[in-house]
Amino acid sequence: MKSLLILLSMALLLVACSQTPKPSLYQQLGEEAGITAITDHLLHQIEHDPLIVHHFRDTDIPRFRRLLMEQLCELSGGPCVYSGATMEESHTGLNLNTRDFDRLVNHLISAMQQQGIPYGAQNQLLALLAPMYPEVIGR
Amino acid sequence: MNNLVMCVFFALLALPVQAGSRVLATGGATTIEGSAGGGIVPWAVINGYGSDDEWSVQAFGSRVGVDDFTLHSAGVGLSFDNRWELSYARQQFKLDTIGGQLRQDIVGVKYRLAGQLLYTSLPQISLGLQYKRHLDFELPSLVGAHSRSGVDLYLAASKVWLDAIAGRNLLLNGTIRATQANQTGLLGFGNADQQRHQLMFEGSAALLLTHHLAVGVEFRQKPNRLAFADEQHWRDVFVAWFVNPNLSVTAAYVDLGDIAGLPSQQGWYLSLEGSW
Repeated sequence: MKSLLILLSMALLLVACSQTPKPSLYQQLGEEAGITAITDHLLHQIEHDPLIVHHFRDTDIPRFRRLLMEQLCELSGGPCVYSGATMEESHTGLNLNTRDFDRLVNHLISAMQQQGIPYGAQNQLLALLAPMYPEVIGR
Repeated sequence: MNNLVMCVFFALLALPVQAGSRVLATGGATTIEGSAGGGIVPWAVINGYGSDDEWSVQAFGSRVGVDDFTLHSAGVGLSFDNRWELSYARQQFKLDTIGGQLRQDIVGVKYRLAGQLLYTSLPQISLGLQYKRHLDFELPSLVGAHSRSGVDLYLAASKVWLDAIAGRNLLLNGTIRATQANQTGLLGFGNADQQRHQLMFEGSAALLLTHHLAVGVEFRQKPNRLAFADEQHWRDVFVAWFVNPNLSVTAAYVDLGDIAGLPSQQGWYLSLEGSW
């Protein structure tokens, strides 16, 4: 009887768990609307940062915005395909240094904070972006 | 001296100055010896939040109170380019039970050789040097210490794994130190027979629970050269609160083992650090 009860409760637990799967990163970022808001916060931060805004002088901002949203969507497991150039290609000639990268990371964190993204999801996204550092710096 | 540092410290705290471009908490805390790290182990991180071509200044004050001793430590630091770190600390070790005090000055230099704590698969690797000079050498000399001053050389590797445990970031640090110091220099350097450097291992692990809060553990292996009393390894468990890039507070429970024949020295550590 006791073991039956345990079996039953385990079965219930399994069902309960399978019915509430862990939300994907894309979902935790708020899907399309969330990623749009994060991107816009980020662009706003960049626009008001005199130390990095000059790197965007020759950038087509609407196109950059669209590609960044695509990239964040694809990276986080959303239903998008990034259609832009490779990170090496798109950062060639910009000669970005670690300070630029640090500032961008801080702006992204601040954008995710403003959007109320959970800390764990913020770190998941940062963990996906950090490996791009060598592809972006000093080109 | 301590009072002067604390005055400068609080005066600077009142200034809302830009602290540099690096991400919060990546400067670590400041050790009792003035180098960036945990509380007792220097890490490969460069103090403050300066990134490429940026300067940063730090000031810190800390107190460790164990059963029979109290250590006050205070100092200042200067970092440049997330590459160089210069530091000065004055330690005042009060022998609460025995009576009297021991003081030493520590001048530190650290140079980042390679890696970026957050971004590269290679850990951040730094080489550091601490020149220590005792100011009350009479007592250490009486218990068998050979020299008034000594140099510690260390190689540290630190790395943060983003999203490592339950979405939290994990920092691991390993440090190899070559030292002649007895009780980190508070009991002088070397003994009558041995002045050569010995290699010691030091390690830290910290988990960032939020952008502002970290918890961790540290271990510091120590030599045991003075015949009059056993010296033991140090360890601690800490909580660090990075209030903002200008201010951090670290609290720890420390186990310093036997010191100068007095057994099982345990107690609390509190450190306040400002960075601009």
